[in-house]
Amino acid sequence: MSLLKVSHLSYTYGHGTPFSYDAITDINFEIEQGEIVGIIGHTGSGKSTLVQHLNGLIKPSEGKIFLNGKDIWENPKKISQIRFQVGLVFQYPEYQLFEETVYKDIAFGPTNMGLSHSEIDNRVIGAAEMVGLHRNLLQKSPFDLSGGEKRRAAIAGVMAMQPKIIVLDEPTAGLDPAGRDIILSRIKQYRDTTGSTVIIVSHSMEDMAKTAERILVMNKGKVEMFDTVGNVFSHAELLESIGLNIPQVTQIALRLKDLGINVDNNIYTVEQMKNSLLKLMGRGQKNA
Amino acid sequence: MLNDITFGQFIPTNSSIHRADPRTKLILLVMFIVFAFLSNNAFSLGLMMAFLLVLILLSKIPFSMYLKNLKTILPIILFTSILNALYIKTGAELFSFWIITITSDGVWRAVFMSVRISMLILSSAIFSYSSTPTAITNAIESLLKPLNRLGLESAVHTMAMTMTIALRFIPTLIEETQKIMNAQKARGADMESGGLIKRVKALLPILIPLLISSVRRAYDLAEAMECRCYNGGEGRTRLNKMRYSIMDLIATILFVVVCSFSLVLNILF
Repeated sequence: MSLLKVSHLSYTYGHGTPFSYDAITDINFEIEQGEIVGIIGHTGSGKSTLVQHLNGLIKPSEGKIFLNGKDIWENPKKISQIRFQVGLVFQYPEYQLFEETVYKDIAFGPTNMGLSHSEIDNRVIGAAEMVGLHRNLLQKSPFDLSGGEKRRAAIAGVMAMQPKIIVLDEPTAGLDPAGRDIILSRIKQYRDTTGSTVIIVSHSMEDMAKTAERILVMNKGKVEMFDTVGNVFSHAELLESIGLNIPQVTQIALRLKDLGINVDNNIYTVEQMKNSLLKLMGRGQKNA
Repeated sequence: MLNDITFGQFIPTNSSIHRADPRTKLILLVMFIVFAFLSNNAFSLGLMMAFLLVLILLSKIPFSMYLKNLKTILPIILFTSILNALYIKTGAELFSFWIITITSDGVWRAVFMSVRISMLILSSAIFSYSSTPTAITNAIESLLKPLNRLGLESAVHTMAMTMTIALRFIPTLIEETQKIMNAQKARGADMESGGLIKRVKALLPILIPLLISSVRRAYDLAEAMECRCYNGGEGRTRLNKMRYSIMDLIATILFVVVCSFSLVLNILF
């Protein structure tokens, strides 16, 4: 049994009004425990609508979502319990910070769960460490942090609930490359230490190539592809036809192939390109 | 819940009402409301209601949008009708219990009042649905021009600009509120249960981020306006000038005819 199963999910915005439109139609997929799954798609392809279904913020117009084999809408009164199990980090989550101190803000979720003081304390400190926020920052006002630190504090606020699945909507949007790398590596580390499932929504193919294991491609409210990173990026033309790109380095690899240079298939990170080129130049990977 | 707020919303359809000069619409709106409130018998009120229905049909906006608008002010309508029904003691007694006495006059007044308030709301809705916020404030600014002679040029312009901005940001703020609410709900915030104090407290995680982002937005907007050399209304020209057309004249004549007819009905019956 898979951890998360989405079956025939559809959602129509503004049902019965002149503005109604189908955001997503007939979505089906399954995600296993401990996976890192990326969701990509053009603006308006239904990514954000889809992820808001996963923790019950939006009730599906049709179809069901199963968490550990149980329909999450089985008991609508207990939907907040689902929100503790499926943590959702929104786009620009730093705009939801509101407490006097970073500590209190991270503690908001665990407090709502009704945990004991010592447990909350453990979780706040654990989550801050997980995202690489220094202890000194915890007693500061969240509004005194830098942009990247605010983002990490907000992510820690969701991690502190220790959800089985953490969903991040564009976690790196608007950050500089250094800030981006920190967040992505921390998310990966979070999965490695806790064994939680991670779902990342992103526009950035480079981010996806670096972090995700499987990628779900959305197009016009439908699932276009759901496959391993390598298989998805091998469909460059299809991705382009739906307004998406493949990573720059993959584009270069394809170009090199056209020119008759025999680089490896499935190159989608700079690291892989480096190894492949070195191999071609007759030097082994150990010299890399 | 927040999606039900229709105030200040513009719904584009290609109706003759949409194309009319916003100044005409604003003046005729005021005229309509005055005459709707002057109507003191079923005949003249009925005439105004029929006229309103024609206008609603002309606007080509789905009827459900108007109903949505009425739904939001239902409590006010109920409140005034109940007050009217309770306080008017003249006329035949219909029902009496303890200190409560309901009379036929009271019921009449209650019905009249709710119809008038609904008409006020619906006619304003036609206006706001059919005019962009910019058109509305341009109309106000243009109509207040006589005040310029009193040396109030900058005050009139500032007021109009403030209104434009306020109207423009209503949907943005609604969207933002919705987003923040969802984000806090995702962290287990509970806004739908508990007593009054608990509920007010539960609003803090929404209000604080909202306030902060509004201030940030205001700074950004001010800067963007300055970057485009905005320095008040002096010497400012418009891309789309408002023009009084033959259609506006026809509409005005129509309104005058209907309103005078309702006045005649008032006097006759």
